[in-house]
Amino acid sequence: MKPFAFERPASVMDAAIAAAVPGASIIAGGTNLLDLMKLQVETPSRLIDINRLALDRIEPTPEGGLRIGTLVRNSDIAADIRVRQHYGVLSRALLAGASAQVRNKATTGGNLLQRTRCYYFYDISKPCNKRRPGSGCAAIGGFNRIHAILGTSQSCIATHPSDMAVAMRVLDAVVETIKPDGSKRAIAIAGFHRLPGSTPQVETVLERGETIIAVRLPPPLPGVHIYRKVRDRASFAFALVSVAAVIQMAGGRIQSARLAFGGLAHKPWRVPAAEQTLEGEAPSPAVFQAAADAVLAGAKGFGSNDFKIPLTRRTLHAVMAQATHS
Amino acid sequence: MPVGRRAVLGTGTAAVFIAGVAPGPDAAAGETRGEATVATVTVELHVNGASHRLTLDPRTTLLDALREHLALTGSKKGCDHGQCGACTVLLDGRRINACLTLAVLHDGQPVTTIEGLADGETLHPLQAAFIEHDGFQCGYCTSGQICSAAGMLEESRAGMPSFVTADLAEPQPPLTDDEIRERMSGNICRCAAYPNIVAAIRKAAEIRA
Repeated sequence: MKPFAFERPASVMDAAIAAAVPGASIIAGGTNLLDLMKLQVETPSRLIDINRLALDRIEPTPEGGLRIGTLVRNSDIAADIRVRQHYGVLSRALLAGASAQVRNKATTGGNLLQRTRCYYFYDISKPCNKRRPGSGCAAIGGFNRIHAILGTSQSCIATHPSDMAVAMRVLDAVVETIKPDGSKRAIAIAGFHRLPGSTPQVETVLERGETIIAVRLPPPLPGVHIYRKVRDRASFAFALVSVAAVIQMAGGRIQSARLAFGGLAHKPWRVPAAEQTLEGEAPSPAVFQAAADAVLAGAKGFGSNDFKIPLTRRTLHAVMAQATHS
Repeated sequence: MPVGRRAVLGTGTAAVFIAGVAPGPDAAAGETRGEATVATVTVELHVNGASHRLTLDPRTTLLDALREHLALTGSKKGCDHGQCGACTVLLDGRRINACLTLAVLHDGQPVTTIEGLADGETLHPLQAAFIEHDGFQCGYCTSGQICSAAGMLEESRAGMPSFVTADLAEPQPPLTDDEIRERMSGNICRCAAYPNIVAAIRKAAEIRA
């Protein structure tokens, strides 16, 4: 681990100011950051400890939703009875992620900002445009079993590893931030993470120093909440493909369908056209296939991850069959 | 200059700052590592009921502070990346990976390690159950398994669901063997003593119930 200065700001505003200094990094749970620092993938010169700031509450919002402080631990969101009863997809997604030890430490904001688990990003002896811009991508043409099939670029085919973010995408959560000048903004989760393009090192729309303070959930969505995760072992593994779904039926037809996918892209993947394909239809394999076609429009495998295309199709089918009892 | 909660809260502004690289004559309190000299931090760790004031390189993980500075070598370093669970300790009663956090982040917070579970010569029910059910072979993962199980039983008692819980709205999901396996997935045993580990944890859970 490279040496760093350690700082503990007294307010969230001070944290944003401190985080704006070049080389500074905020530390919350640290479960991903310290892992990367040990490998010298991340080499911050200053560590800004925000753990003692009062950002660890889950509160109801006036609109009937919930506001989750950025320091709420993943396990505490998953266990919150309001989340379990009204945002089941989020609770399930969180419980699908990592291990109990990691969930007890990992935070809301940190989960959103965690880095890809691309093997080549983690291996500092290999080229990686995300870690060292301009050095190339060893995953393209390399071993890319866990990599993206949608939204990729010639620079990067990494995936975003979070389960929680996929559930938040299906719920249309909003990320609340504060900037070093004290101004605040609300960022729809749909626009929070970026696609890699030619700058894969820029993973979110956050500006320098801009710090997450909370994530807001809209009022609960009626319907069946499902989080289905396909992975190489039954627990404590990242998703190859995951599906977050909120499906509402009425009179034997699909009244509304929301679907977000993990493991496929640089950000949680959601395709409105696929949801429209389902809405108003009676559930059937043909309808599910049409939805899968829409989700996978433009999908491209890179060799080792070609299997993700049929796997996505089949996982979506299984989720829809479960949701609609068909 | 020590970093402490009191010092920081007392200032009311942005304020505690430790120079990371402080070359030159002021480096007397520092530790030399290669080209740079690192300023140290003072951390008060509360471990197994005892308080320890330590002067540490801020890079020191909680695990290294326990093992190398407090000689509490029960917590093991397996992977050092949070993947094996051998370093599991209880922080404020909750299980975490001691390798994936810094000691300086836990100034003043209570930590319980495997050395702190027994009551004098009386073993913790989980320790006794692991012996009774032969819940280990080489024993390297065992401290982490037992600390993790202690945290897990508390989580279960508090109504925490898991990924295999059928009904999330159930306030007190029953602790089946499938639940034990899922909830213990952060602890790897390369001797594969899993059936006996599950049996030991089930026994300890029954004693508690």
